[in-house]
Amino acid sequence: MAALLEVENLRVDIPLGAGDLHAVRGISFQVDRGETLCIVGESGCGKSLTSLSLMDLLPPKARRSADRLAFDGIDLAKVAPSAMSDIRGNRMAMIFQEPMTSLNPAYTIGNQLEEALLRHRNVSGREARERAVHLLEKVGITGAASRLGQYPHQLSGGLRQRVMIAMALMCGPELILADEPTTALDVTIQAQILHLMIELQKEFGMGMILITHDLGIVARVADKVAVMYAGQIVESGTVNEVFENPMHPYTQGLLRCIPVPGKTRRGEPLGSIPGIVPSLIGEMKGCAFANRCPYTFEACLTTDVPLFETGSNPNAGRGYRCLLSEQQCIENAKEVA
Amino acid sequence: MAAITIPAAEDIVGPTPGQRLRKRIIGHRGVMIGAVILAIIVLMALLAPLLAPHDPYTQNLGNRIVPPVWTDGGSWVHPLGTDGLGRDYLSRLMYGAQISLFIGFATALISGVIGTVMGVAAGYFGGRVDLVVTFLITCRLSMPVILVSLAVVALVGSSLTVVVMVLGVLLWDRYAVVMRSATMQVRSLDYVAAASAAGCSTWRILVSEILPNVMNPLIVVATLEVAHAVLLEAALSFLGLGVQPPLPSWGLMISEGKDYLLFEAWLITIPGICLFALLLAINLLGDGVRDVTAPENRS
Amino acid sequence: MADTTIPPVLETRDLHCTFQVRQGMFKPKKPLHAVNGISLKVHKGEVLGLVGESGCGKSTFARILLGLQKPTQGDVLIDGQATSAFTRKQIARRIQPIFQDPYSSLNPRKTIGTIITLPLSVHGVGDPASWRGTVERMMDLCGLPKRVYDSYPNQLSGGQRQRVAIARALVMQPEVVICDEPTSALDVSVQSQILNLLQDLRAELGLTYVLISHNLAVVEHMATSVAVMYLGRIVEQADTDTLYHAPKHPYTEALLASVLTPEPGKGVPDAQLGATFPNPINPPPGCTFHTRCPKAMDVCRKVAPRPLIVDGAEVECHLHDDSIRSAA
Repeated sequence: MAALLEVENLRVDIPLGAGDLHAVRGISFQVDRGETLCIVGESGCGKSLTSLSLMDLLPPKARRSADRLAFDGIDLAKVAPSAMSDIRGNRMAMIFQEPMTSLNPAYTIGNQLEEALLRHRNVSGREARERAVHLLEKVGITGAASRLGQYPHQLSGGLRQRVMIAMALMCGPELILADEPTTALDVTIQAQILHLMIELQKEFGMGMILITHDLGIVARVADKVAVMYAGQIVESGTVNEVFENPMHPYTQGLLRCIPVPGKTRRGEPLGSIPGIVPSLIGEMKGCAFANRCPYTFEACLTTDVPLFETGSNPNAGRGYRCLLSEQQCIENAKEVA
Repeated sequence: MAAITIPAAEDIVGPTPGQRLRKRIIGHRGVMIGAVILAIIVLMALLAPLLAPHDPYTQNLGNRIVPPVWTDGGSWVHPLGTDGLGRDYLSRLMYGAQISLFIGFATALISGVIGTVMGVAAGYFGGRVDLVVTFLITCRLSMPVILVSLAVVALVGSSLTVVVMVLGVLLWDRYAVVMRSATMQVRSLDYVAAASAAGCSTWRILVSEILPNVMNPLIVVATLEVAHAVLLEAALSFLGLGVQPPLPSWGLMISEGKDYLLFEAWLITIPGICLFALLLAINLLGDGVRDVTAPENRS
Repeated sequence: MADTTIPPVLETRDLHCTFQVRQGMFKPKKPLHAVNGISLKVHKGEVLGLVGESGCGKSTFARILLGLQKPTQGDVLIDGQATSAFTRKQIARRIQPIFQDPYSSLNPRKTIGTIITLPLSVHGVGDPASWRGTVERMMDLCGLPKRVYDSYPNQLSGGQRQRVAIARALVMQPEVVICDEPTSALDVSVQSQILNLLQDLRAELGLTYVLISHNLAVVEHMATSVAVMYLGRIVEQADTDTLYHAPKHPYTEALLASVLTPEPGKGVPDAQLGATFPNPINPPPGCTFHTRCPKAMDVCRKVAPRPLIVDGAEVECHLHDDSIRSAA
């Protein structure tokens, strides 16, 4: 059976005065039911545009193209806008970063929760209300029935994000796209929300794409990981493979940058990645990471690097985008640890 | 591993704010058109003593209401004809530009200083200062400008200075409102806290941290207020309570021409067109400045 | 350990800060105790980590230390002298801030050089001719190339802007630097550069930091001692190793349990704190944490805990109060 979401060679271009901005430069991945894919990368790497392009919510100027963009066998590139809006919010739901701005302040929580269901399903108002109460309880909100009449500003940030999750779940979606769902929240609330999301995902057997810059979240939440840099996936694989044997110098660099209690020692310098992300405007030659990579050699500057597949299981999607040999990459990783 | 040199990562990205602004101004059609028209009028006003073919005050009752050169009976001696007292219309128009521009800019300056001081003070200090300023703004907004200026002029008599002073003291409301909200926004930014933590005096924070960053809205309001003042002066002069004859204000020229409206329409049309062109230019410039500076505020 | 005869470089004594907040247009004002009795000591060369959730009063506390906010009660002491007697300029020479957002902490209308020179010109240090040299040395120390001297903030990356903010804070050679979430607006790879820079500068210039952060991994890496703040009070304070290895207060335990280290397979812990952060205008009676505490007892709902010293940690919790426990 085909995967729930199949993406092949997805590109997003934004025309600007100075030339096209190639924000997403040909990425491919698959997400199955009950599986969590984490897309991790720093600001400007194209991870948010990737999720928006899947939902067909790109800004009007941006152009999307892909060799294959299939959701449960439906070709999203060809489906009519009306059919897309039947899928969006219904079979594919999105959770945004800002719970403050993604709820409409003029409507009650109940209105907003029920609206999604009433729009996509042929249900009575009472059924919608019952489901809203059920889901609010599910996401850990006490006194759910009385919350329905409240407005977003009456809730705290953590509660609002729970409401957002409940809203995403109203129609029983098969795929959830979460873009930095906990970045605006405190650590304790963050852990609670992520805990909840994983539980619900397992319970309903949903596929989930979680977009984040936080490697801690990735390690704890993901089944599969895709590391993005400058609009490309530079490394992918299962979470264990990527964290235990990072192949790409960028992944290795990122892992060295973060302090880990018990691992990094106080007062000792953390690793760092010098330099800045290259401009994605116009054509780029060679490896996008070459100007910051400690292992760069001449070929890196001239050759466009493909994603080399590796790993024992060809379906696991283990790959890395580096000209160094597999052996060399593994040695580099050891040197680091 | 082959050691090769990688070009150093660029640490300065993008042009300076000044360069960006210049580029956007040149790319903005409204600003350019407005600036060109305004420049022509300003030049006309400044160079009036050199360019004007005649003295604008010399009357020649034997030569009254000569039509402009393009109509029957016109001549190049008086390209735009003469008015009811036989004064050269082109010369009066050029000197009139001086008066309109002077009133526009002087009023905008006076009201700008009053409004900016009040608005910035209210926005920065908040609390009671804000309460007082907001009250003053409300009071001012409930006074009809034309009626109040008519009353004042009727009381103290009218002259150029009186018109400028009266309008200046009346037109500060928009400055105060805009500066108040702009200041509140800037005040909450970290660089103001940083300057304060560096030990800067309040005065220094206002002058070097707040003011430069509320300049954009200030310029926009100022241009629109210039237009507002020019228009009000024309209206007051038309009513006979603005600039007094024989000074050649455009509003006064329209007023003087109104008796001939049905027969010699150009007496009104020509200063009318000039007034229209000046206001159009200023408004285009003001709107353009807002467009050009807005993206910088957003990003 | 610090010599007890030397007064701590920074000390607060029973610091309070109360705001009068109006909740509705016609409702009477109610007091909000943003800072509710904080006593802390920071010795020279130490890094005090201050952690807590948003709304716990961290930022107000920082503003008081910087002299930007007057406390309603209590004192801030620098080298044993109360700052209430100091002018803002005198405080500024000793304590400087580094803010969270490098995009709003630099005036977009000024060049980098002018921004870093500002403290020198405010205090009139040396003659103006020497300023450029001083500023360039500080820029160099902070890893900024000389050629950005005449650039504007919008021409620099986030990491470089933060370096500028650090250079501005250090150019007067203050004793204490208040770092308010110095890296949380930055990317991971830049965050480590800034943390390394802060470490290096501390060693080089003998600085003392107060590091305010919600990232407990960063605090663990940087701080020598940690204070945990909840609703305007310090509920636990200890040196970093003690606090991280043997947390005493249930809130500290929950915070530490919520840290997501990049270790796959461990899953996401459930901190069991409940979803609602209490409204600081109506704090719960007794121990303010009891509404979220998984170990709350009856006494916690009535009696506020007193400060205790348990195994080298200062903690405010009935669980460690023997008299309460024996009574219960």
